[in-house]
Amino acid sequence: MPDVTLRQQVLYLWLEGASIDEKVVGWAFHDGTDGAGPDLPAPDEPGAPPYRSGLRALRDGWMLLQSAQLVPPAPGQEHVNSYLEYEFVLERRVELP
Amino acid sequence: MAEFVANGFLRFDAIVPDDVNERAVDEIARLNDERLLPDGMKPPHTLTPLDECYPLPSAIGEYLRLPQIRGIITSLVGSDPTFDHDWVHHIPAGGSYVQPLHVDATTDSPDPTFDIQLFWYPRSVEPGAGGTRFVPGSHLTRVRSSGLARYQHIVGEQQVSCPAGSVFVFHHGLWHAGQPNPGGAERWLYKIRFNPTEAQVRRWDTSDLDDVQNPPSDHIFARMQPGSVAEVFRTWHPWMGVTDYRNDQMQRALLWRYLTGDDEFDVDYYLTRLEGRAGLVAGRA
Repeated sequence: MPDVTLRQQVLYLWLEGASIDEKVVGWAFHDGTDGAGPDLPAPDEPGAPPYRSGLRALRDGWMLLQSAQLVPPAPGQEHVNSYLEYEFVLERRVELP
Repeated sequence: MAEFVANGFLRFDAIVPDDVNERAVDEIARLNDERLLPDGMKPPHTLTPLDECYPLPSAIGEYLRLPQIRGIITSLVGSDPTFDHDWVHHIPAGGSYVQPLHVDATTDSPDPTFDIQLFWYPRSVEPGAGGTRFVPGSHLTRVRSSGLARYQHIVGEQQVSCPAGSVFVFHHGLWHAGQPNPGGAERWLYKIRFNPTEAQVRRWDTSDLDDVQNPPSDHIFARMQPGSVAEVFRTWHPWMGVTDYRNDQMQRALLWRYLTGDDEFDVDYYLTRLEGRAGLVAGRA
């Protein structure tokens, strides 16, 4: 069996709500293969995310590493927005020759 | 003004005359080169009143004294703001540096007061040619600046492209970042921040305010007044989930209360509902 090197691609998705089948509102891609692995799919319109939902990413082979915990707001902070709340982290492991 | 509250920025295309733009590029290039040297051109001291910033002859001084620019500044931070800082952002043709998304200064205070930052592009910026990336509607969040670096892309974000002499006015809390400039033209930006020294209450032309100021009963699930401020405050930025949206409506309403001096203003009844119930508890005590 030929030697292969395993490298990780990481995809952060921020969704509109707490469920992984909700709409993507933000994303970030970190490519441990330095371009040797597969890229993200082209968006279907400028500015659109590579996947419309977290579920679409799963169906394209991404594996879920972590989903957002549901943390009740601190007293006094109930109506203040901060970071994008519903963060899902996915990975894809790529074998390189 | 309502659009500034809902979106966190205003855009004025080609508001600065061409001759001022042309002379400004030489001057801001000099400021960029010399500001940290022992001798040479220096910015004003922080806390300098606006009227004393960049005395004439100066292209920056001319820009700051244009009636249309003074009108913008006065409307948002009053007639006697002080200089906070300025900076020249020069991205050479082919520049590849990607600035992470951030907010300037520190995590914001909970009160509704705000500074403004004027982003002046004295030369045209073609689409994708290094214009500032920013996220409409992000200005009323409370974040740590470096925490935003994680967001490579947000749905609904924009990147500045504009004709020469355009000015973008940002609420100080707006998330933004410099971008690469793969084009063949240099990208010049002069940014200046002002702090208000007086309450930012009704400093703009409020001649139509009585007509558009909706009552606190204006409610999307009941009855609405067409053409009202509340209608503008129903702007739903595409990166917002439903809770973000409603929270932001509450923050917009609180900011509008400050700007108008109307302590009962509301949009979609979110503040008034809670305040009414809180009054019951206070009454019982």
